[in-house]
Amino acid sequence: MPKLEPYNKMSKGFDARLICYYLALVIIGWITIYSTCYIPDGSTPIFDFGQPYSKQMIWIGTSILLAIVILLIDSGIIQHYPYFFYLFCLFLMVLVIFIGAEINGAKSWIKIGSFSIQPTEFMKVATALALAKFMQEGKTANQRRYVWLAQFGLVFIPIIVALLQHDAGSALVFFSFIILFYREGLSAEFLVLGIIAGIIAFITLKFNETYSIAIITAVFIAFMIANRTQKKKYRRNVIVYLACVAFVFSVNFLYEHGLEPHQKQRIDTIMGKTSDPLGADFNLNQSKIAIGSGGLFGKGYLKGTQTKLNFVPEQSTDFIFCAIGEEWGFFGTLVVFGLFGALIFRILKLSEKQRNPFVRYYGYGIAGILAFHFFINIGMTTGLLPIIGIPLPFISYGGSSLWSFTIMLFCFIKLNDN
Amino acid sequence: MAQDNSKRYYIIVAALGILLAAYTVHLFRLQVLNTSYKTKADENAIREITIHPARGFIYDRNDSLLVYNDAAYDLMVVPKELRPFDTSELCRVLDLDIEDVRKKIEKAKKYSGSVPSLFKQQISKEDYGYLQEKMSEFPGFFVQSRTLRSYPQPIAAHILGYVSEVDEQDVENDSYYRMGDYIGKSGIEKAYEPILRGVKGKRKVLVDVHNREMGSYNNGEDDIVAVPGTSIWSTLDMQLQRYGEELMAGKRGAIVAIEPKTGEILCLVSSPNYDPNLLVGTARPKNYGKLVTDPEKPLFNRALQAAYPPGSTFKLANGLIALQDHIITPSTVYSCSGGGYHLGNHVVHCHNCGGLNIYSAIQRSCNTFFCRAYYNILSNRVKYKNIDEAYTAWLDYMSSMGFLQVFDTDLPYELKGRIPTAEYFDKKYNNSWNGNTVVSMGIGQGEAAVTPLQMANMLAVIANKGYYIRPHVVRAIGNRDSLNTQFSDKIYSKIEPRHFETVLQGMKQVVTAGTGRGAQIPGIEVAGKTGTAQNPHGRDHSVFALIAPANDPQIVVFCLVENGGFGATVACPIASLMAEYYLNRKVERTDLEQRMKEMKIK
Repeated sequence: MPKLEPYNKMSKGFDARLICYYLALVIIGWITIYSTCYIPDGSTPIFDFGQPYSKQMIWIGTSILLAIVILLIDSGIIQHYPYFFYLFCLFLMVLVIFIGAEINGAKSWIKIGSFSIQPTEFMKVATALALAKFMQEGKTANQRRYVWLAQFGLVFIPIIVALLQHDAGSALVFFSFIILFYREGLSAEFLVLGIIAGIIAFITLKFNETYSIAIITAVFIAFMIANRTQKKKYRRNVIVYLACVAFVFSVNFLYEHGLEPHQKQRIDTIMGKTSDPLGADFNLNQSKIAIGSGGLFGKGYLKGTQTKLNFVPEQSTDFIFCAIGEEWGFFGTLVVFGLFGALIFRILKLSEKQRNPFVRYYGYGIAGILAFHFFINIGMTTGLLPIIGIPLPFISYGGSSLWSFTIMLFCFIKLNDN
Repeated sequence: MAQDNSKRYYIIVAALGILLAAYTVHLFRLQVLNTSYKTKADENAIREITIHPARGFIYDRNDSLLVYNDAAYDLMVVPKELRPFDTSELCRVLDLDIEDVRKKIEKAKKYSGSVPSLFKQQISKEDYGYLQEKMSEFPGFFVQSRTLRSYPQPIAAHILGYVSEVDEQDVENDSYYRMGDYIGKSGIEKAYEPILRGVKGKRKVLVDVHNREMGSYNNGEDDIVAVPGTSIWSTLDMQLQRYGEELMAGKRGAIVAIEPKTGEILCLVSSPNYDPNLLVGTARPKNYGKLVTDPEKPLFNRALQAAYPPGSTFKLANGLIALQDHIITPSTVYSCSGGGYHLGNHVVHCHNCGGLNIYSAIQRSCNTFFCRAYYNILSNRVKYKNIDEAYTAWLDYMSSMGFLQVFDTDLPYELKGRIPTAEYFDKKYNNSWNGNTVVSMGIGQGEAAVTPLQMANMLAVIANKGYYIRPHVVRAIGNRDSLNTQFSDKIYSKIEPRHFETVLQGMKQVVTAGTGRGAQIPGIEVAGKTGTAQNPHGRDHSVFALIAPANDPQIVVFCLVENGGFGATVACPIASLMAEYYLNRKVERTDLEQRMKEMKIK
């Protein structure tokens, strides 16, 4: 019975828990998408191909097929062709800038008939794979400094292309590879610098540049007095100080000139500088009301008023967590958080156990991507972060997103098995 | 990368774990600890629609409709739900300017963000249709259907009263009312407000983000069905009321007609009056302003709120008291000569009637007789120690016949009238006064001032031979047979029944052979009394009191026409025509009727 062999192989080695988490999230996603389309008068057939929930059914079906294909193919294919995949996706992303359809202000979609594909979603997998391969090869290289630079380059190219597409959300996701870099030896100073930069940016945006520079100067003087005996580091400290001041100005410049008005508005809202619940902040406000009104156990499936009555925008895609929060309450939140936590930690744990560094690199790469997606998406729907339009993996409606996350996860499951 | 970084796994896991925990705490606060979002979600999605029940109708005693309802549509606004909208379009449809819209929204915001406020009252049916279709373009607005009062006959405005939007005071006094509701402000509408208004209903519907209704909330389990207002049957006789108003046209004054056996007011005319339809709907404020400033004071209800000197009709009451106090008997004769009743150098004029008993005295309205009788009542030292006691006893008799008080039934704003107390005279005359000092009250002049309603009630006491039932205007509530028994107690006067026979006999003679011959109605025996109330401001008021039929009274009529001169000339024929119309349902004396209707008195 040679035909059954791959099946046996699957059942033996593939990580069942990851598959279960995946299926649970996808099913939750479909159930929730159905709810967001549900019309209370009862005329919501299970199959209506004009409806997102029916389309999502197709995406889920094809995703499962994709998953099976990935599990069946030789894992060598995954490990040998990442560069090709990377370049192909990059080509599509660049192509999109010229021929793409604009959706919600971002030019990141290719329209084929009635379907749209977002190459950036696939670029995330491609970058994770390409990085893993590159790092595996770079391990033996002599010029490590240049290897690092090249690694950063692999990440920055898609960031720049995404920004050219006006898709700031996706661009941000590529920063998640910092988790991988950190795990693989990136100096902790980079992280500290990153955190300092974050704090400075926050203070600058929350208050103003004068305020920010005053604080930096005060900290610098205090630091200099405390370390007055260590003359050696004097020059370095001054450079850091000047860099911080320059950063303040660049943050301010970027805010003033680099952002679209609606992006500035979103930042101002989250910083508490402006409040316009009926106008610009309507979406965020309604999103918080939807989630907040869920209470402990929610209003019940198909009974959410905020989502049923269209108060929440984009409720089947980026704001899908509203429907979960409203109808299932804090209980639903815990289930979703639990599944994502379990998924991400499982990937990290399996990665750590891997002897093959390629798999570890890849695992850390995708764990970072999933974590970023999760925290940014939940953060924006609950008012912790400015609204950045990225989907909640496996749950949000959308073919590109589901396919790419499925490929991402099942490549890992496949690689992990070898 | 020579060093082993595998420990960083734990740092990464810890960092992500802490972040996840922080998010969980944030969500716990958002969903479980903060309950305000639940309220906000409900405010978003649930619109409470108040269902205003139709107000009860008002019928007259013969089932003729006096007041019914017309459909009207009010545009309401919920400030919280407002989104930017095409203001100029709304202005165009409603014929408002942008400043109006802004002001109205500001006012609504001040009242409440989430409770609907009235934006524009009574929009036309065309505008309603148009707006209903375009409602989604005006989030925060919705149209509420209402009912408006309508009056098939332009009569009885004073007694029916009017309905208008509640003011802040009403809302404060009764939590039932919300701004924009309607309330009965006077007359029957006010007195029977809780019965007429019914009970408001509530319907909770879901609205979507575009303000479209998306079905009922919670399957309508929280909905409250509106209870329609209960209809009321008035004691008024619509035709008699209209007839009275026609007769009083062009004159100032009042007619009060009562069915004596029941105290039911058959008609209550105050002239000048106004068409109750003027005080309905959007035209109300403008018309109300006009009526308020009208020098003729059409809003003033003379039948209840004007105190007039009753003139000679008051002699009836004084005659009864004199008989009761044994000052006179039916056969007592007083002599009238020398031009009247002499008080030192002052004379209460009369016509040298000669010697007469009470019958003739009533018949001829002899001032001398009643001055003397009144003086003797107050000088009765056998029964009363002093003038104060005698006068107070007289006041007691008067109030037992319904004077000096309000009946406090279902009539709007009654006046008590003015008859001074003994203390008043003690003070005025420094404790040195006697029956002659106040003797003009014996003939209905001087300090006494009473309302036409009180006079009519006194006639009912005479007609009933000793008692009255408080006059009221509502006969039945709910259906025409469920009689309104609130005001059915017989209130007895302090006069023995036999004395009424005497006075009534005198009153019959007034009509057959005395001062009120003009009151004769073919085929019906009428009792009456003329009166001429001295008016210090101008021509005397013409007064007539009538009871018919005299032997089985069905109706008492009191009529007063300001500046009408002698009682016999204006008030007498009017009262007589009223009685004729009521008893016969037709009037044979059409010439007289015509003359009275056309008569104008400034």
